[in-house]
Amino acid sequence: MVDSTTNSRSGLPDNVFLTTIDAAANWARSNSLWPMPFATACCGIELMATASSRFDLARFGAEVMRFSPRQCDLMIVAGRVAMKMLPVLQRIWLQMPEPKWCISMGACACTGGVFDTYAVVQGVDRFIPVDLYIPGCPPRPEQLIAALIEMQSKIMNTGTFDGREFAHRTQATGPVPLDLDEIRRAKEAALVEGLEIFQPPKLG
Amino acid sequence: MLNLQPLLDQFQATTSQFRDNVRVIVSADKAHSLLTTLKEQHGFDMLVDITAVDYLEYEGATDRFGVVYCVLSTETGERLVVKTHVNEPNPTLPTATNLWRGADWMEREVFDMFGITFAGHPDLRRILMPEEFTSYPLRKDYPLKGRGERHNFPVITRSES
Repeated sequence: MVDSTTNSRSGLPDNVFLTTIDAAANWARSNSLWPMPFATACCGIELMATASSRFDLARFGAEVMRFSPRQCDLMIVAGRVAMKMLPVLQRIWLQMPEPKWCISMGACACTGGVFDTYAVVQGVDRFIPVDLYIPGCPPRPEQLIAALIEMQSKIMNTGTFDGREFAHRTQATGPVPLDLDEIRRAKEAALVEGLEIFQPPKLG
Repeated sequence: MLNLQPLLDQFQATTSQFRDNVRVIVSADKAHSLLTTLKEQHGFDMLVDITAVDYLEYEGATDRFGVVYCVLSTETGERLVVKTHVNEPNPTLPTATNLWRGADWMEREVFDMFGITFAGHPDLRRILMPEEFTSYPLRKDYPLKGRGERHNFPVITRSES
């Protein structure tokens, strides 16, 4: 400290500092993420554990779980999403104000997990944009905290004041529906000798 | 203990037993009157469950679907399983909602999963699957992984949301 009142290089007082509006917005946003807990299964229990005192998500400024999408900016999809739930998920996502981010928590939300059945969506990233994936079945609270810190650094590094960084994401984050993997599934469901009931699904 | 023999004679039903699990197998056109008799004359005042079985390609099976009613007498604690068979096309049974109101959702579930309709049901809609679903997923000829219904949703990309 050479001068106690003004900075000799910029000529500004010490209690004034210059930054970009992007950096200021990113700093504020990343340290006050308000999660929308879209908890549908056991991942939701881990999410609750993360939020409560032992793991204390409040240390990262993300303890304000809001059950209204209008007040949230971080959606945490925790658990499997059934066919009937997906329109609800999409609607909640659309109701969240900008800027917003999405964490897909656990194997089921990311890929459908073990529930490779007719009724379970095989990864929410096919239908809503996802920023971060957490593996695990269910993930430990530490993993969720690590993802949250990762989310904060992503916002710090790529965020912009007016959300310009979202504009180039014009494709689905996950595989395109009925893309190659569904055709692969159809081939897997090959005919079993002597059992005519296992017809592979007809595609297009 | 309910004496089954008069009932079996009256409704041309057969019976089988596994441990204390007594089953009565009756033809579809007599099922409703048998259930009515059981409820009104033998005190089976509670319908525990309605479910169905798809016997497609089942060894030795002659009918496509079996519909199973589990009834209970709350007075004596006695249970009875009533089983009946229906076939394609258009598997239909008379509704049991006029006997037990609890049959409402159970019949909707059987309809949703197997496509068995219940004539006279007050509100026969799908109960588990979405309204726009077109198949009956617990039928054996329906693939486990579906026919692509689970991928048939609009995609929301980040730039447009």
